Amino acid sequence: MSEMIQTESLRFAYPADEGRKPVYALRGVDIAIEKGSFVVILGHNGSGKSTLAKTFNAVLLPAGGKVWVEGMDTLDQNLLLAVRQRVGMVFQNPDNQIVANVVEEDVAFAPENLGVPPEEIRRRVDDALKAVGMDEFVTHAPHLLSGGQKQRIAIAGVIAMEPACIVLDEATAMLDPMGRREVLSTVHRLNREKGVTVVLITHHMNEAEDADRVLVMHDGRVDLDGTPEEVFSQVARLRHLGLTVPDTVDLLDRLRQAGWDVPLDALGAEDCAAAVAGALKKG
Amino acid sequence: MPILEIKNLTHTYGVGTPFRRSAVEDVSFAVEQGEFLGLIGHTGSGKSTLIQHFNGLLRPTGGQVLLEGKDIWAEPKKIRAIRFQVGLVFQYPEYQLFEETVYKDISFGPKNQGKTGDALDHAVREAARLVGLRDEQLEKSPFELSGGQKRRVALAGVLAMEPKVLVLDEPTAGLDPAGRENLMANIREYHRNKGTTVILVSHSMDEIARNADRVLVLKAARILMSGTPAEVFARAEELLSAGLDVPQITRVAMALRNRGVPIDPAVYTVEALEKQLLALKRGGAPC
Repeated sequence: MSEMIQTESLRFAYPADEGRKPVYALRGVDIAIEKGSFVVILGHNGSGKSTLAKTFNAVLLPAGGKVWVEGMDTLDQNLLLAVRQRVGMVFQNPDNQIVANVVEEDVAFAPENLGVPPEEIRRRVDDALKAVGMDEFVTHAPHLLSGGQKQRIAIAGVIAMEPACIVLDEATAMLDPMGRREVLSTVHRLNREKGVTVVLITHHMNEAEDADRVLVMHDGRVDLDGTPEEVFSQVARLRHLGLTVPDTVDLLDRLRQAGWDVPLDALGAEDCAAAVAGALKKG
Repeated sequence: MPILEIKNLTHTYGVGTPFRRSAVEDVSFAVEQGEFLGLIGHTGSGKSTLIQHFNGLLRPTGGQVLLEGKDIWAEPKKIRAIRFQVGLVFQYPEYQLFEETVYKDISFGPKNQGKTGDALDHAVREAARLVGLRDEQLEKSPFELSGGQKRRVALAGVLAMEPKVLVLDEPTAGLDPAGRENLMANIREYHRNKGTTVILVSHSMDEIARNADRVLVLKAARILMSGTPAEVFARAEELLSAGLDVPQITRVAMALRNRGVPIDPAVYTVEALEKQLLALKRGGAPC
């Protein structure tokens, strides 16, 4: 079994006011997220992407269909704790997820609650802080850290649980460019070096450039699914879905319309420049 | 005469304690009436401290803030009047909503300004219209609205005071691309129609590039650069080494120059780069 998370005809509705029909935030999602992969989920506000993410560790339970985490059905009450230990979540606001007054205590919160022996907690906390590059801050007060540092502490708190998968729900939205880079390079490293499956939900298209796979949600369903190159070359479709394309793709799209022979899938600045320079030389 | 002038402004926190630190140091610049100024600088550069001086939330520990040529601290008792003239919209302003209805929330500022009756009603409705809120939304609780709409309500609450200078701290943070573009379009339209001076603080270089007439870059409590977006982004290497971002197109233009393609360093938008490339392809000189 190589699927980390799998859904089948997944539906979910938030409770509606009395006398009104519930609005479905998810209307039939069938996806399989492979173990060890780095998946980015995009979509405009209200597309269902955050709802989908919350079903991945049973914060929300399916109203129809199924979600399996490493084969465990999230609807099975007896498996709830096991599911939540396998999939950790990091949310948008760093200030809402820090519970202790000292960094190491915050990171130790989850393993303590799981009943991990003290020596083992020590090891996990140290390892987790090292993994996010915050080991110098073990005894610091979290409220004096920058936003990016706080999010890395939140990620360390999740890692200390030793999950197989981390879901980041717009975890970079409130950070400045530097904080965003810190968090992204941290999760990419965890994915690469520790084989942690990463599901990153974001509004920033450029964060999707280095993913293995990009899913675009629209109206409670998966609208586009593929490599970043495949997804971002669907310029017209993305715009129709209320999303922007990276400026590099926009430029290539315009040049193609002017008759240039350039690919649409050169996402990075370097690749884009190489493609454009190549087309210029051809004359 | 500039509408807002900052003269040798210094702000030092924790004077007389071991934590003494200058967040703003000897900063001077002027903002002209009707200008759209962009303010860039990463976290800790002193941006937030600086903008809190514009309407007297912070008092300079050195230097002056002049509004229409007058020192705003000349008569400290009248500082409240300054707060109506310089409207400050903080980050995540939706957290500051508190009233039962959108209408009441927007009317809080102008009411405190002394507006009543028709004048108050007009100010509220006009501000709501400017940010794209519909009439029927005015009677709703602000807490029933989506994040993007809440932010519009908070912005309308400041616009309703008809400030001469509007200061926006990261107005689009956390919104999706369509929400970002809609809100910026509202702000551009407001700026164009009312001729109000706008100061936009943003981490997004692309947002600054698309909107500002002039850009100030802050680094470690001081001004690092000042100029038109073209002038500032032409110094991309310096910006990058200061730990700041540059627009993605500036990166592409840099990479093209490294490959020997003669792209003007002042190019920072997709449109301008497309135009230059098409001109090069035709064999014409870059424009």
